[in-house]
Amino acid sequence: MVRFIIRRLLGSLGVLIAASIVAFGIFFLIPSNPAVLYSGRTSSPATIQATKVRLGLNDPAYEQYYHYMKGIVVGRDFSSGPGDVNHCPVPCLGYSFKSNEPVTSILWSRLPVTFSIIIGAAVLWLVSGVAIGVLSALKRGSVIDRGAMIVALAGVSLPVFFTALILLKLVSYDWKILPNVHYVNFADDPLNWARNLILPWIALAFLFSALYARLTRATTLETLGEDYIRTARAKGLPERTVIGKHTLRAVLTPIVTIFGLDLAQGFTGAILTEKAFGFVGLGQTAVSAVDQSDLPVVIGVVLLSTFIVVIANLIVDLLYGVIDPRVRLA
Amino acid sequence: MSLTKDGPTPPPATARRGFLDVRDLVVHFFTDDGVVNAVDGLSFSVEPGRTLGIVGESGSGKSVTSLSIMGLNRGRGTKISGEIWLEGQELISASTEEIRALRGSKMAMIFQDPLSAMHPFFSIGAQISEAYRVHNDVSKKAARVRTIELLDRVGIPSPNTRVDDYPHQFSGGMRQRAMIAMALSCDPRLLIADEPTTALDVTVQAQILDLLRDLQKEFNSAIVLITHDLGVIAEATDEVLVMYAGRGVEYGPVKELFAAPEHPYTWGLLQSMTRLDRKDQDRLRPVLGSPPSLIHVPSGCPFHPRCPYDAQAAPASREIRPNLIETTPGHQVACHLEPAERQRIFREEVSPGL
Repeated sequence: MVRFIIRRLLGSLGVLIAASIVAFGIFFLIPSNPAVLYSGRTSSPATIQATKVRLGLNDPAYEQYYHYMKGIVVGRDFSSGPGDVNHCPVPCLGYSFKSNEPVTSILWSRLPVTFSIIIGAAVLWLVSGVAIGVLSALKRGSVIDRGAMIVALAGVSLPVFFTALILLKLVSYDWKILPNVHYVNFADDPLNWARNLILPWIALAFLFSALYARLTRATTLETLGEDYIRTARAKGLPERTVIGKHTLRAVLTPIVTIFGLDLAQGFTGAILTEKAFGFVGLGQTAVSAVDQSDLPVVIGVVLLSTFIVVIANLIVDLLYGVIDPRVRLA
Repeated sequence: MSLTKDGPTPPPATARRGFLDVRDLVVHFFTDDGVVNAVDGLSFSVEPGRTLGIVGESGSGKSVTSLSIMGLNRGRGTKISGEIWLEGQELISASTEEIRALRGSKMAMIFQDPLSAMHPFFSIGAQISEAYRVHNDVSKKAARVRTIELLDRVGIPSPNTRVDDYPHQFSGGMRQRAMIAMALSCDPRLLIADEPTTALDVTVQAQILDLLRDLQKEFNSAIVLITHDLGVIAEATDEVLVMYAGRGVEYGPVKELFAAPEHPYTWGLLQSMTRLDRKDQDRLRPVLGSPPSLIHVPSGCPFHPRCPYDAQAAPASREIRPNLIETTPGHQVACHLEPAERQRIFREEVSPGL
């Protein structure tokens, strides 16, 4: 088990480093001059040169990468000469070209918004998807099954922004059940936080819930045909144990696996959801940073989301080792 | 041993019932392609301490019969009729809950492939304890003690530690032993073993059969052993029922069946059996053709399209379905050939080639 964890941890670290190299490569691949972007288009050549020194842009690429990575781990000092030292604390991701704010604090303020959307939506789609899928499988061919699968088909086909706008139009504007949706800090007012997030959660979860319902239904039907389910019945177990314990246990294993991957997908979905509901989260931040060539912010968002996805997958891997005893030996 | 006649008239209610007494069992599956006549009028009985072997090709209705006894194929699209008596209780008319209570306690089943028949995500011990605890109100700890005893009884070394292993950590033979331990957890009176040795290699097969025999002596249970392996039949059973297309075609004591089989299909099975003492130039003679479709069962004797002696029994064999009729005491055959003629054919044509 320990070896399993160590191996997975090392693998995760590798993924993170690879992602950081690719993200950092953007600096050198896009046809723009970071120093000009930072100083502003109308700056004098002298200012631009000073910026280059300050940001270390004259160094070779690998050295710049080294400084950047070192900044994340131990912090970094930006300096254009003696007496002008700007310490950027750990984890240092540099400064926004546009607002001059530390990237770390920008991300830090936007992360809770995206996180709130994803976590809530993930719980919603996992629970509803699995529940609907199992129910459909047990009542195969019934009205419930057909109805659920038609809705699921719609869910798979509708893009997030469309669902979001329909929800806003109906629930928020027409019926005024949840008017004036905006983000509220969880710490400030948990109840309002949840109430305002209901629509974004539904919008994002609808698509995934539909996918999960279909997957769960298929897996459940397959599992119900397995020999070990017949064995469970042959033991004389009550049907609720056969379904709730033996079947569900087998069904959840592949679900947990794709759940880790879908959390990453959820990030993409969250961008659209944020946009549709006017929340300023990581997604919005990333989109406007790209628009404005605000490279440090772009890299910061990429690294942060990679980090989160890697962590999510790591957790899933470890969880998988617990759920499926056969994995431990592998 | 009560041998019921395979005919339209049910035996009188006063007739003594066997411990397990299956009477005129009919199982039909309604599918998109038509009605599958999986079992079509099957009768047999087994007494405690005795072993009945059911033999036949794939699709002859062996497994469906066992699942019907266990009440495991009561789904939609299945029609079961006839009677199954287990120690005086009728199972086909019993409620789902009644039959569930019997399953695993009074009657238990061992399946063909012990790897797929055990849940991959629960430990062996957990699965056996669970079987024990469904029918016995005991603590987890007591169930665990019982489980370790059982594992020890079926010959699993160091059961104290193996109890926490998962099925994939067991070898095939060990898994089947664990399956047997699970089936025996509540001391069942009836044990149905559906091809228990098919997925195992030959040396392990013998061990498992020995184990079943020992346990039978110990618990005096009735065993129904389903197999397509005549070697297993010869080694482990007292009576044999040969099934073809959902019906019994020959039924009798195992010695009688091997010494003087009378049904052409039984001959075919014996001829296609591999034997070490066969001369090299003798080739195996398989039963020609393939098992009949159970949706469109051949008219008359369902074996007639494949029967080498069909011409001698025609036209009756193509029109009338033969019933199991006693030829010698305890030995029943469903064939249109005259008994004397069957015995002659076996003596003169079949036996020398075996």
